[in-house]
Amino acid sequence: MATRGKKMVERVKDLMDKPLQIRNIGICAHIDHGKTTLSDNLLAGSGMISMDLAGKQLFMDFDEEEQARGITINAANVSMVHEVGGEEYLINLIDTPGHVDFGGDVTRAMRAVDGAVVVVDAVEGTMPQTETVLRQALRENVKPILFINKVDRLINELKIDKKEMPVRLGKVIDHVNKLVRNMSPHHYETQGWKLDAAKGNVCFGSALYKWAVSVPSMKNTGISFNEVYDYCKANDMKSLSEKSPLHAVLLDAVVHHLPTPLQAQPFRIPVIWRGDKESKVGKDLISCNPNGEIVFMVTKILTDPHAGEVAVGRLFSGTITRGQELYISGTAAQDRVQSVAISMGAERMEVEKITAGNIAALTGLRNAIVGSTGSTVRDLTPFEAIKHVSEPVMTVAVEAKNMKDLPKLVEALRQVAKEDPTVKVDINEETGEHLISGMGELHLEVVTKSRITRDRGIEVITSPPIVVYRETIGTTAGPVEGKSPNKHNRFYIVIEPMPQPIFDAIKNGDFSMNMQEIDRRNLLISLGMDKEAAKGVTHVYGTNMLVDMTKGIQYLKETMELIIEGMEEALKNGPLAREPAQGILIKLVDVKLHEDAVHRGPAQVIPAFRSAVQGGVLMAQPTLLEPVQKVFISVPQAHMGAAVREIQGRRGTIIDMKQEGDLSVIEGSAPVAELFGFASDIRGATEGRAMWNTEFLGFFPLPMNLQNQIVIEIRKRKGLKAELPRPSDFLE
Amino acid sequence: MLTFIGLGLYDEKDISLKGLEAIRDADVVYAEFYTSRLMGSSVEKMDALYGKKVNVLVREDVEQHPKENVLRDARDKKVVFLTGGDAMVATTHVDLRLRAKQMGIETRIINGPSIQSAVCGLTGLQSYRFGKAATIAFPYKGNISETPYDTVKMNKKNGLHTLLFLDIDREKGFMTINEGIDLLLAVEARRRENVVTGTICVGVARAGSPDPCIRAGKIEALKSFDFGRPLHIMVVPADLHFLEEEALQAFAGL
Repeated sequence: MATRGKKMVERVKDLMDKPLQIRNIGICAHIDHGKTTLSDNLLAGSGMISMDLAGKQLFMDFDEEEQARGITINAANVSMVHEVGGEEYLINLIDTPGHVDFGGDVTRAMRAVDGAVVVVDAVEGTMPQTETVLRQALRENVKPILFINKVDRLINELKIDKKEMPVRLGKVIDHVNKLVRNMSPHHYETQGWKLDAAKGNVCFGSALYKWAVSVPSMKNTGISFNEVYDYCKANDMKSLSEKSPLHAVLLDAVVHHLPTPLQAQPFRIPVIWRGDKESKVGKDLISCNPNGEIVFMVTKILTDPHAGEVAVGRLFSGTITRGQELYISGTAAQDRVQSVAISMGAERMEVEKITAGNIAALTGLRNAIVGSTGSTVRDLTPFEAIKHVSEPVMTVAVEAKNMKDLPKLVEALRQVAKEDPTVKVDINEETGEHLISGMGELHLEVVTKSRITRDRGIEVITSPPIVVYRETIGTTAGPVEGKSPNKHNRFYIVIEPMPQPIFDAIKNGDFSMNMQEIDRRNLLISLGMDKEAAKGVTHVYGTNMLVDMTKGIQYLKETMELIIEGMEEALKNGPLAREPAQGILIKLVDVKLHEDAVHRGPAQVIPAFRSAVQGGVLMAQPTLLEPVQKVFISVPQAHMGAAVREIQGRRGTIIDMKQEGDLSVIEGSAPVAELFGFASDIRGATEGRAMWNTEFLGFFPLPMNLQNQIVIEIRKRKGLKAELPRPSDFLE
Repeated sequence: MLTFIGLGLYDEKDISLKGLEAIRDADVVYAEFYTSRLMGSSVEKMDALYGKKVNVLVREDVEQHPKENVLRDARDKKVVFLTGGDAMVATTHVDLRLRAKQMGIETRIINGPSIQSAVCGLTGLQSYRFGKAATIAFPYKGNISETPYDTVKMNKKNGLHTLLFLDIDREKGFMTINEGIDLLLAVEARRRENVVTGTICVGVARAGSPDPCIRAGKIEALKSFDFGRPLHIMVVPADLHFLEEEALQAFAGL
């Protein structure tokens, strides 16, 4: 392994500065559709691990936790070399998890790559997570190709005949095409992103048995569907894998159909970076200029026992060498790059330099977090925040079992938050009770059991999970007056529910404060905001917005930072139950300020504005929202009734029901609060015959009759007054 | 009855005789020292001089809960409320007086010497020639307020002197003249409008004490001049009248 790795590193190094010979790819699929097995196979094929171990070694599942659970949790990445037509190509592969609780990693991986291999099980077809990951890829303008896996099961398990096989496979392709067309019509119609077996951007095969075919490969190897069928029937897949090996066929398709960084950056940069495209650095980014300014985006932070923190990400422009000083977005800091490496699964191989278009692993970026941009340009417009489809829906409180571990625990929590942006950590050094919020029960379990207890040896006591709620408003209120403590400053605001189109645009990243001002204004106007308001947009916090409608107020400019701080304080923990607020539009309509800076300082302005927002929210039909999950169940028909009852009994609704042969496929939704214990209940109700999974649907208002009760429960739990708050609690 | 009393500049003996009598006659004595401090005194010394206990209030007490202290007691008792300097100069206590009035409480003010007039005396700068004053505040999260700079700029344009108060902060302490100058120069470096570079400044430390320090000079020179213990205040004068110049030469080392 060591020598093999070393030889590989030389070949990789030779290719790194030839962007036409680089492909950055990710593999995405529904859980259990065979993604990790596929990754191993590709690595084995390119000589990274021995062929016999592939499929057993689970090379990319280098976390013990992952191997134990048999699922991939963290996106790892690896560089490999593939030869096509006498030319060598460098393939940088990022593996991504399939479990929905780890959706954050998928999204982040998509930022680093230009192409994706979408893996679909030939028998099951496209599944909910296929759709989710594909959407994540297309949103980042990542081009897909398709690998239909487990084709042997069609033949040996479903016993379909020779004629039916292409029909079944064609259906799978049609399904994926429908998704691509709906999610990215422009690329589908005009850019050749349509999946077409004849073109060769679809491969068929078995990751487990290491063979694959595509229309172009059939011409070269003479192995067509006919032969595939016969070999599978004869259960001689070994011959198949010798005659038409998976890695060769699939990586050929990667090289031919997925874009080089040079091709990809011109159409990817505009959707992930909102700075001025005409500026020097804008041109460097679009042209993937190795001699340009350095722009590096961190998509993952690993903690290596020897090297410490390793920031892995995509170098979009420039050349990184050791000792380089980089400005880190969102901080005033400049960090020095201490080492430059490429990743090969768990191993890092140090190199002298890495050029634009590659995936790099850097140490020394102490101030970077996942999503940071590192650059030689100071105050560079940062990359768009990586949009996570899922949001934290659950919280657990953790405490150190031994008091002496307390400082270690705080450190561990900070580190976890840095590594995984979908984890929200709330550290309370006074009580020692720290809150971790994540995307589901499994996610939180991995964070506490592996990241804290196993990796860092800290024993913790974990509370049962608590649901995370959101606060919003149902109507307009105001003008509301907020007074500063010294009463010499007054702020007048109108509070409105955020119009749905604007809310959606913020949420899915179409709108961002990083956009050029004129584009931002035009977008808001096209979404229905009036011109004056669109001009006054000053700050966006989550999906909440501050709009300055005032004109010519002296000193307002230097007071605005404090106003924003007051707004954030009020909305981070809303007035109803101290849960985060969303979808609130705040219009600042008038301001009266004291003449002198000290009498309108932080201690005056922040509480004044905060209380105006808090009181205003309570005057505008405050509404508590709860997280709701989509639930997909497939179950034999005999148990369908029981499964439906399990959803309906949990304040759930049935969205769709389909028959597929003997199976009923139920699509429903239910609040997270009601889904605790669902796993064992549905097992009991269906004699263990139900297959199910969930996906985040969104936050929805609680039923009216439940809201007050739950608000009071949350308030009690948080040690607040156990009664409904009133505007007068915040306003005079 | 609520009486606002200014304690003057430096120690407990700067109070007027009328003020002292009012305290001795009062039922309850409150004081606040967050806007200014008597550097040469202490609560114990005041207690001893007045012959009664002084209740010191923090900003939150005065601004947010006056009905639990000053206003509550003033409804049926004789309450005095003490501040450094003059009670209504460079403070926000007019709000407290208005609230008392709304509650039907009678109020009066017994004035004390103010730094605003003391600076004129100590420097020889004429009170007729001062424009708007401003406070140089400690930067908040790295943000430096440009208001003092703009105030100096506007006053200079109109031929007026600018009195610059220096921030007093519970955590960061008393701002020195040197720190104030650094902040002005930081704004100048950003704005490059040539408002304070090369200008004459006058620093005043410990006004009202036996050892005040008054020093005039180029801003770049005063930047590192040691004025000694707090409190500090400074003036950025406009073009000087010949008598002002003479006074600064005689008393402030110009």
